[in-house]
Amino acid sequence: MFKGMYNWIDERLDVTPMWRDIADHEVPEHVNPAHHFSAFVYCFGGLTFFITVIQILSGMFLTMYYVPDIINAYYSVDYLQHQVAFGVIVRGMHHWGASLVIVMMFLHTLRVFFTGSYKAPREMNWVVGMLIFFVMLGLGFTGYLLPWDNKAYFATKVGMEIAGSVPWIGGYIKELLAGGTIVGAQTLTRFFAIHVFFLPGVLLTLLAAHFFMIRKQGISGPL
Amino acid sequence: MDHNKQHETSHKPIKRNEMTRRQFLSYTLGGATAFMAGGAIIPMLRFAVDPLLQKKAETAFVKAIEEKDVTKEPKSIDFKVHQVDGWYESDPKLQAFVAKDDSGKIFALSPVCKHLGCTISWSGDEAPNLYHCPCHGARYTKDGKNLKVAPKPLDEYQVKVENGWVYLGPLESNTRV
Repeated sequence: MFKGMYNWIDERLDVTPMWRDIADHEVPEHVNPAHHFSAFVYCFGGLTFFITVIQILSGMFLTMYYVPDIINAYYSVDYLQHQVAFGVIVRGMHHWGASLVIVMMFLHTLRVFFTGSYKAPREMNWVVGMLIFFVMLGLGFTGYLLPWDNKAYFATKVGMEIAGSVPWIGGYIKELLAGGTIVGAQTLTRFFAIHVFFLPGVLLTLLAAHFFMIRKQGISGPL
Repeated sequence: MDHNKQHETSHKPIKRNEMTRRQFLSYTLGGATAFMAGGAIIPMLRFAVDPLLQKKAETAFVKAIEEKDVTKEPKSIDFKVHQVDGWYESDPKLQAFVAKDDSGKIFALSPVCKHLGCTISWSGDEAPNLYHCPCHGARYTKDGKNLKVAPKPLDEYQVKVENGWVYLGPLESNTRV
């Protein structure tokens, strides 16, 4: 059935070359764990992406219940976690996935570093990867405030003090981040907007560049 | 070909739809992928459809008006119901038109027009002794029977009278016309 549907579309739009170009390429022997088990270190980038997809999906579903408002945020999180079926699992995926994505990204970075894959001609991809790293940290920082519990509130206060310690412009950065002089209602909506619209937009753009470059330049050679 | 197989096929050539290695591997890979994707997606879908599957709260009867204050002329009253809306609890005000019919039975109608949901009012210059809707000119009798524009009669609150007080309960379809 699927084959029939696929052929029907393919006859009209000729989609085969498109996905072939993206997906159908040989995995070099030195990065294939079936050949050398130690090549599993080459999986970390893909695993990071896999967890990122889970973060995007679970995040989309969480916003069905969450409200970014200082009165209701905590109660909506409490409600979606304890009253809604599978709330523990969906929020759990987002909560644990957030830490795991950082861990995986760190391992991926170590692999790239120790295999020297950042060297010419792949310097630009290293830079884009670093930008992705900072965007991910930003996502973690802004997402941490959203449940609006004590941990979230005081962690953000500390984060604000760190931002404020930047020489010369720290005060401005702090006030811009907080949307005012205190961590409050405007900080929460601001962090929500950054967490679900701005940073994911930046992240997807950077990921597209990251993947385009690795596809174009290929995986770096064996050690 | 091993010895047994050779022996077997030489005697009776069975037509078997043997699975190729490629097919087996794609089914295994596809199955494992579907299993893992399902493990992530199914909880999210169940999470999303939860409002449909949650047990609906029963509407309690609410003390609305003293029995002696109800006349044959429909009277608009407000009453408060307790409402649990996810993490938000409130006591919104509802409106009802309460009246006695000719036999002295008390009934209460919803003020929501059955045409497109505007709020109706009772009587007045343009529609004496009728319910009328300001939006598209629907008209209803005192019993809530639809005369014009609206496709259905007005909904009715369940009514309970106890110790001289009228209690209003959940809405139901009109039972009077």
